[in-house]
Amino acid sequence: MTEAVVNLTRRQFGKAAGALVVAFALAPRLAVAQAPKLPGSLANNRMLDAWLRINADGSATIFTGKVELGQGISTALAQIAAYELDLPLARVEMISGDTAQTPDEGYTSGSQSIESGGTAIRLACAEARALLVDHAAKRLGLAAEELNVSEGIVAGPDGRKLGYGELAAGLDLHREVGATVAPKPQARQTIVGRSVPRRDISAKVTGGAAYVQDIRLPGMVHGRVVRPPRYDARLDNVDEAAARAIPGVVAVVRDGSFLGVVTEREEQAIKARDALMRAAKWSGGAELPDPARLHEQLMALPTQSSVVSEKQAAGSPAAQTLEATYTRPYLAHASIGPSCAVAEFSDGRLTVWTHSQGVFPLKRDLAKAFKLDADAVRCVHAEGSGCYGHNGADDVALDAALLARAVPGRPVRLQWMRDDEFAWEPYGPAMLARAKASLDANGRIVDWVYEVWSNTHSTRPAAPGENNNLLASWYVAEPSQPGPPSNIPQPAGGGDRNAVPLYDFPNQRVVNHLITGMPLRVSALRSLGAYVNVFAVESFMDELAVAAGQDPVAFRLAHLSDQRARAVIESVTRKAGWKASEKGDGARGRGIAFAKYKNLATYVAVVAEIEIDRKSGRVRVPRAFAAAEPGQIINPDGLANQIEGGMIQSTSWTLREAVRFDRNGITSRDWNGYQILTMPEVPEISVMLHNRTGEKPLGAGEASQGPMAGAIANAFANATGHRLRDLPFSPERVQAALG
Amino acid sequence: MTISLKVNGARRSVPAEADTPLLYVLRNDLALNGAKFGCGLAQCGACTVLLDGRAVRSCVTEIGAIGEAEITTIEGLGTVDKPHALQQAFIDEQAAQCGYCINGMIMTAKDLLDQSPHPTAAEVREALAQNLCRCGTHGRIVRAVLRAAQNMGKT
Repeated sequence: MTEAVVNLTRRQFGKAAGALVVAFALAPRLAVAQAPKLPGSLANNRMLDAWLRINADGSATIFTGKVELGQGISTALAQIAAYELDLPLARVEMISGDTAQTPDEGYTSGSQSIESGGTAIRLACAEARALLVDHAAKRLGLAAEELNVSEGIVAGPDGRKLGYGELAAGLDLHREVGATVAPKPQARQTIVGRSVPRRDISAKVTGGAAYVQDIRLPGMVHGRVVRPPRYDARLDNVDEAAARAIPGVVAVVRDGSFLGVVTEREEQAIKARDALMRAAKWSGGAELPDPARLHEQLMALPTQSSVVSEKQAAGSPAAQTLEATYTRPYLAHASIGPSCAVAEFSDGRLTVWTHSQGVFPLKRDLAKAFKLDADAVRCVHAEGSGCYGHNGADDVALDAALLARAVPGRPVRLQWMRDDEFAWEPYGPAMLARAKASLDANGRIVDWVYEVWSNTHSTRPAAPGENNNLLASWYVAEPSQPGPPSNIPQPAGGGDRNAVPLYDFPNQRVVNHLITGMPLRVSALRSLGAYVNVFAVESFMDELAVAAGQDPVAFRLAHLSDQRARAVIESVTRKAGWKASEKGDGARGRGIAFAKYKNLATYVAVVAEIEIDRKSGRVRVPRAFAAAEPGQIINPDGLANQIEGGMIQSTSWTLREAVRFDRNGITSRDWNGYQILTMPEVPEISVMLHNRTGEKPLGAGEASQGPMAGAIANAFANATGHRLRDLPFSPERVQAALG
Repeated sequence: MTISLKVNGARRSVPAEADTPLLYVLRNDLALNGAKFGCGLAQCGACTVLLDGRAVRSCVTEIGAIGEAEITTIEGLGTVDKPHALQQAFIDEQAAQCGYCINGMIMTAKDLLDQSPHPTAAEVREALAQNLCRCGTHGRIVRAVLRAAQNMGKT
């Protein structure tokens, strides 16, 4: 529940606009050939009409490369557009993620849509409005300053009026964005900053067509795929007779070790898949690590190491030194709806409807897979079940396209089965973090060393060169190789996201170890390494506070000069009624944790309460509080929904989740094997939002997961005096810790 | 073969085998989008519909076994223009993120409120224990069901 929106400052929109003016004042000094870098997603999409169109009826159509994933982005971007254009929200239409229509904004990921996509839309709409007003001024023979704009009507002081529709008819928006028009100042009680209802929810609660799964095209057939029993196994042979005998089978598709079926009806495809699974003979395949020695085996693989932060200063001498190691297992995205796509091959052209987070990168890997010109492939986004990062969305698109190639002219709808998703999605990587720090005689941290080991956090499309990151491309008769693993560089970071603490230490060294061997398939899971790094850093801060004999809140504040960080910590402790140095009672306790996501985005502090059943080892988080500050807030309720959701998902990760496997393959293939938190187990959440109208709006969708994990870990230690450092906090681990 | 079903008050004939799970018939033959494929294993609840008023998992309910029972889907509760009190409450609470589980939440809650019109929050949570949500919308879902119960009590 959102408790309050606190407006912290009332400054004018000064900073960002000011920066723009400066940038353009300097522009003439730049080399002629080098166009000035434009802000946000304008940088790679410089034409104004790439972003918006004013329709004949005066409404606006906004084109965005950022797609709806259930996070409410489509509504928030429409709010920004409506505000800048002076249009009612209902007269702003959004078209998103279509390689034939929208700007290429890469992926919708990393909590960047408001910041990069929103900035582009804000500046483009501000510029379009200024052009419309200038054009009206010319038509009316008045100065632009004399005109008033309201709800898409430009009016002069003499009562003459011109609508956007008729003005746009005489205006060419096919021009480079100047980005010199300052956006409107942020006023209160406008479209931006209000909890307007999300545009997608009414359809979602009434059975309206809302998802790629709901697409039904004329002549559409249904597909299913048959995956190997383990990674890299090869299909030796398959007797297709039993599958072909099933009524409705249109095609059995085999290309190397890729195997699938197309049928008239969906249930027929599922039966034919079962028949093919029984008939397929596989061999070979990769042996997986011993799950009991997972982290040890991962750390023995080749790594690329880099120092990502180093500070050296004279400090007081160390009085005591602590060390600790923290781990997490592989985590699944575990979308409720398995991945789905609809694909059609027609006249040598491929069209795919997809819930991919990046339709342009997907298009590039699809084109490579079929040796097509990129122009012959179109990817159109349609919503799927929430993905929380790189799940099977892109892979199922290639699967559907491989099946569609066998039935040209007929669209193929393919939804993965539950076991396809759990066994083949790229997981969030298993990770290990090791921290070492020294306290001086006054209980201040004087030295901090932190190392983190992880696989890459992005194996998304599009892979470089001839490589291909789509699953089936590795199994077809002419297979591709996946792209080489790489780490997202600092300051955002990948495995080392949030590995650099925001606290002020005189000496610190942070090292990232990218493990390049990948025994299990991995990629981006919501918040990347930040979840583990914040869990580890914030756990360790509490361990140090205990060693220093200090209250964990006071200890953090003593090492934290960032005022916005201090504000959320103070806010959440006030709200939660935090009492300095309060002790848990063995079964109950509470803890605090904090992070600024990526050290670049939303500030979140969390206080979590914990209850431990010492007999069963079961842990519950009955209640949690959060304070979040994302700069300027676009849609408070949408923001609160993201913060709440992140906290609950993180509680599930922290208490419950791990991908299960043995040497032969993945064994967690359904919801019994991969358990998530259920309704009676989720915490009650209270979220305090802090709005800073003078600051730029920042992303929040991944901001609360790390702090929630840290707060739970610290609550456990507060309650019991024992520290859990290995995720998840399973009953077995709890019992072991409590003896 | 052709099987006759009573769906949302109308009699419908579908050209499917008797062992076909109801979910595929609803979605593909009757173009009803509400029930969703989540697992096909009766584990997640995304496919929930009502059979004679009781919540069932349509992904494991074979159409040959339904007979004359009345099938109600979320489309049978209300529409965008005329939503059922539960649907309205989910809109009012903005109780969705991706929304993929919401069909199951609403249909299971409909069963609950028909049996027990004034549940406590704990009873709502318990009733929805077998419906999985991954976005973390749980708190809003519980509030929406309680709000619907309150509003239904008024009329």
